[in-house]
Amino acid sequence: MSFSSEQESIYLARRHRKAKLFALFCAAITWSGVLLLGILLYQVSIDGFRWLDWQFIDSFPSRFPERAGIKSALVGTVWLICLVALISIPVGVSTALYLEEFAGKGRLAKIIEVNIANLAGVPSIVYGILGLAIFVRYLSLERSLISGALTMSLLILPVIIIASREAIKTVPQSIRYAAYSLGATKWQTTWAHVLPASFPGIMTGVILALSRAIGETAPLIMIGALTFVAFLPEGPMDSFTALPIQIYNWVSRPQEEFHELAAAGIIILLAVLLIMNATAIFIRNKTERRLK
Amino acid sequence: MSQFPDPAAADQVQIMHKKSVLELRNVDIFYGDNRAVKDVSFNIRRNRITAIIGPSGCGKSTLLRSLNRMNDFVEGARVEGELIFANENLYGKDVDPVSVRRRIGMVFQKPNPFPKSIYNNIAWGPLINGYNDSTDELVERSLKQAALWEEVKDRLHDSALNLSGGQQQRLCIARALAMEPEVLLMDEPCSALDPISTAHIEDLMFELKEKYTIVIVTHNMQQAARISDYTAFMEMGDLIEFNVTKRIFTRPAVKRTEEYVTGRFG
Repeated sequence: MSFSSEQESIYLARRHRKAKLFALFCAAITWSGVLLLGILLYQVSIDGFRWLDWQFIDSFPSRFPERAGIKSALVGTVWLICLVALISIPVGVSTALYLEEFAGKGRLAKIIEVNIANLAGVPSIVYGILGLAIFVRYLSLERSLISGALTMSLLILPVIIIASREAIKTVPQSIRYAAYSLGATKWQTTWAHVLPASFPGIMTGVILALSRAIGETAPLIMIGALTFVAFLPEGPMDSFTALPIQIYNWVSRPQEEFHELAAAGIIILLAVLLIMNATAIFIRNKTERRLK
Repeated sequence: MSQFPDPAAADQVQIMHKKSVLELRNVDIFYGDNRAVKDVSFNIRRNRITAIIGPSGCGKSTLLRSLNRMNDFVEGARVEGELIFANENLYGKDVDPVSVRRRIGMVFQKPNPFPKSIYNNIAWGPLINGYNDSTDELVERSLKQAALWEEVKDRLHDSALNLSGGQQQRLCIARALAMEPEVLLMDEPCSALDPISTAHIEDLMFELKEKYTIVIVTHNMQQAARISDYTAFMEMGDLIEFNVTKRIFTRPAVKRTEEYVTGRFG
């Protein structure tokens, strides 16, 4: 087969056109997503912005919209996320390390793997029911922060485990061999080399998982987080409310003002999410640079 | 010849024996059902460089990895026969592979420094093995032995990944030397390097011979001829010939060896 140079240049032009079209297509898809988010933010801001002031952040909920605030929900969410992080990160990362580095590749490992992947897809309300049955009732932890945090941890553990495993898999085998050849035990190799090298990837998974936890409403309603809380939780055994619940509560009221309050609450929720992600990404990039 | 007819000869044998660090006796290595190394026996002499050569897939790297139990990490790998090191079978029941690897170091085909600073690359191994003297001194000594000190002394706390390929490989050698191993195994250490870096490492090996015993796997026959004192030629898992390097390259006893070293196949 041979090409005349004319024919070849026509083909080449066509191939270039195809590449350009595809790039355009991808850009359009990306920007339509951003646009949609922009519209959402705009709508929310229009409704909620005028309610956003220090008084809103520093007040407890009230039946009078002008006196209502988000203090207890905000503090509850911060409590909840810190507890969830404390529980789910050690458990999730340890599980991933065990499955990747220590467990064999036998049938049991396969079964566990399939199950974890399945759990990642279970609806959050199901976790709520589980949390209600086990933590609230069976372990008598009541409708407390710790019940909520444990339930949320269950919910996001599969995501953390899967992401961490992927991160651990990307650590080159040659690094492990180098450590072993210096007379390192498996634990020393894992702790000093595998874990630090996979840290950025693990952080990415953790960020995504915690972001999901912060916005989840259904499981918290299920385990009985309160909707009207005029006090701040002082420990993990206290009852609590959280931002999505407060927002849900306001949205379901008939008065227009409360809908606007809900919008203001959404802005706060988004701000908390943004701050949290920014911090985590900052930490991740810092460690990433150190490794390179 | 009768056994040790006179004391002088017995001494001779004793000395010969002491000169061996590692003795391979009828070593077989299997991957599952595949017998990758077949009934190999030879001795590795102290303070000498022993080269293992042979065509690709002849089992030379497999054999090398069995010398410090790195084969343990290959699924389905199994070693039979005896590898005697310090009067003990490396594969004996009570032998801890971790301590074997601590005493028999290894340099790999591709440079594999840790993604950490130059300093920590070297200090980590000794530290986890309970070294409690000054690591500054140790790092300097190891880097000097690996002929890398002059190039990196002002940036010991830079990432090792910023070094060139040849420097990284010398860092890996320094890292292995910091453990003061009794034997240093090198698995085609120059195959990923340019000729100048290769020459560097070959010069280095000459100096290291004073203190260490080196076993090197290489597919580069010229390299084996240049640097080694003893050469083992393998093919298809069999040890075809083991002798003084000069002999292997000038008057080999086996026809197959001659054909290989003169470049007629492989």
